[in-house]
Amino acid sequence: MSSKREERKKAKMIDKMEAEVCEYNKVKKPTNAVLNVILAVMSLISILPFIFVVIISLTDEQTLAMNGYQFVPEKLSLYAYHYIISAGENILRSYGVTILVTIAGTVIGLFLTGTYAYALSRKTYAFKKFFTTVITIPMLFSGGMVANYLIVTKVLMLKDSIWALILPLCLNTFNVIVLRTFFKTTIPDSVVESAKIDGASEWRLFFKIVIPMAMPGLATIGLFLTLGYWNDWFNAMMYIDSQNLIPLQYLLIKIESSIDWLASNKAMMGINGIQIAQNMPKETIKMAIVVISTLPIIFAYPFFQRYFVNGLTIGAVKE
Amino acid sequence: MKQKKKKEKISFFTRVKTNKELLLLSLPGTAWFFLFAYLPLFGILVAFKKFRLTGSNFFTSLLSSEFVGFDNFKFLFSSGDAWIILRNTVLYNAAFIILGVVLPVIVALMLNELRNKGMAKIYQSSMFLPYFLSWVVVSYCVFAFLNPEKGYFNSVLAYFGIDGISWYTEKSMWPFIIIFMSQWKGVGYNTVVYLASICGINKTYYEAAVLDGASKWQQIKYITLPLLKPVITILLIMAVGGIFKSDFGLFYQLPQDSGPLYPVTNVLDTYIFRALKTNGELGMSSAAALFQSTVGFILIMIANKLVSKVDSENALF
Repeated sequence: MSSKREERKKAKMIDKMEAEVCEYNKVKKPTNAVLNVILAVMSLISILPFIFVVIISLTDEQTLAMNGYQFVPEKLSLYAYHYIISAGENILRSYGVTILVTIAGTVIGLFLTGTYAYALSRKTYAFKKFFTTVITIPMLFSGGMVANYLIVTKVLMLKDSIWALILPLCLNTFNVIVLRTFFKTTIPDSVVESAKIDGASEWRLFFKIVIPMAMPGLATIGLFLTLGYWNDWFNAMMYIDSQNLIPLQYLLIKIESSIDWLASNKAMMGINGIQIAQNMPKETIKMAIVVISTLPIIFAYPFFQRYFVNGLTIGAVKE
Repeated sequence: MKQKKKKEKISFFTRVKTNKELLLLSLPGTAWFFLFAYLPLFGILVAFKKFRLTGSNFFTSLLSSEFVGFDNFKFLFSSGDAWIILRNTVLYNAAFIILGVVLPVIVALMLNELRNKGMAKIYQSSMFLPYFLSWVVVSYCVFAFLNPEKGYFNSVLAYFGIDGISWYTEKSMWPFIIIFMSQWKGVGYNTVVYLASICGINKTYYEAAVLDGASKWQQIKYITLPLLKPVITILLIMAVGGIFKSDFGLFYQLPQDSGPLYPVTNVLDTYIFRALKTNGELGMSSAAALFQSTVGFILIMIANKLVSKVDSENALF
């Protein structure tokens, strides 16, 4: 009885000592203040440019023409956003293209990455080495931009097809490795083995057991893919000429000509259209499109951050 | 020896049989890699050909095109631009590699030492945000400051009575802008990687060091940095392999493809893109692309070899 009490006392003392060491090892208060200032300035520099764009998009067009871009504008206006909602069919269509491509690409990408990574994660898989090599070689040596362009347009015939926006981005070596490591570390062999003994096929096992168990890992890859598709403009620039298939990010690149085109398109619709075209807030509307194209990312940011940190940490760990 | 071979042959088919379900699972992904990663390897041949598309079939036209050996490469390197482009690509990447290790490690160390962990989270979230924006969006953010007529910087200059700068034609500023913006967008991402590694270090090392009277600097120098070495090494190998590649958006979108800036913004990727899409020069652009892939491959192999010689544990493969 007494020995137990003594032990507890000892443990308490050790805890106290550790706490003291820990307190002693913390940076001194003035140093802490300096670190805070440096980091606060860096944080501000990181987010201020986007906030500035939001403010510009909310500035009255005339105020903008007179005073230039300002952090505290004289007069605010929601006109650019009204305009996008009421007359921006092209913008809304681009929004639709982006959403469609993002959803389809993420689903297809998750299926391809998941199946491939699962097979690689299985210890008993006899061809593990071969299929690891298959994904390693492209990481070290690739055909390059021109070869990819020729294959996609001249062999796979995907020019001006929505698939040219979806397929090139749906699988990559990094994602496979992250997900494989995730499967390996979160799904115990015993679970797989007992399911196999019960006679489950690998496909059944993958869909009924592995997927539900590996949700956080799949969410991480899903968010990698979603971000990649949402922000992609390069594939559109390479493969898309058709006005109907322009995603938001590419619309932002083409915007100088697009805005004039928007105006002329409206003008053909009659006097009402001409009026709308003349009243079109050209400067602010650009910034408003930037804002609405980024808004979904800002809203999803807490999720993105959590799972990205997860994925990056797994990805940085060598096998 | 012979017997062993025979054994393997038999076991190959049985292996296929026993693994057929997993093989089937590997199939969709393998098909994708075949179409989008291995098929383009044939496209490399275009660099040695005077490629003309005859009919609609790519491969027959590739075979029937005239073989010109290394003419495309000669043509590429005899142009005066080639050296400027290579210089830009390598120098920018060298700056990115050095800053891309130094800055995030410093930021991660600072975040790790903060007394108020709540604020550390806020700082980290803020600095990570730019990584999630596309270069197109970033180019608009930068345009808000650099717009020659309405931009914030020129307003500030005007306030002090200084003439505004025509930012998108004034090339002397752009090396700084490009390096600054690359770090602005990337520092949060790399900080996360290093911070995770720092948090994974066993706390007892530091406790023992404190009891031995080690200062904060000594702890960083003798515990944290040596333990970060594996992560830094892997990222460095990859970065060296990519020294002829560049972030296309940074060099194309950010300067808004402005012609007067080409001398300081043209890198291999933008050169290849313009040769392909604007001028349609298949031969030269594919020669440049093949050059880029080959040198990258050789460099990554050398870097890995060097690392494995010095310290085999930290090598990539």
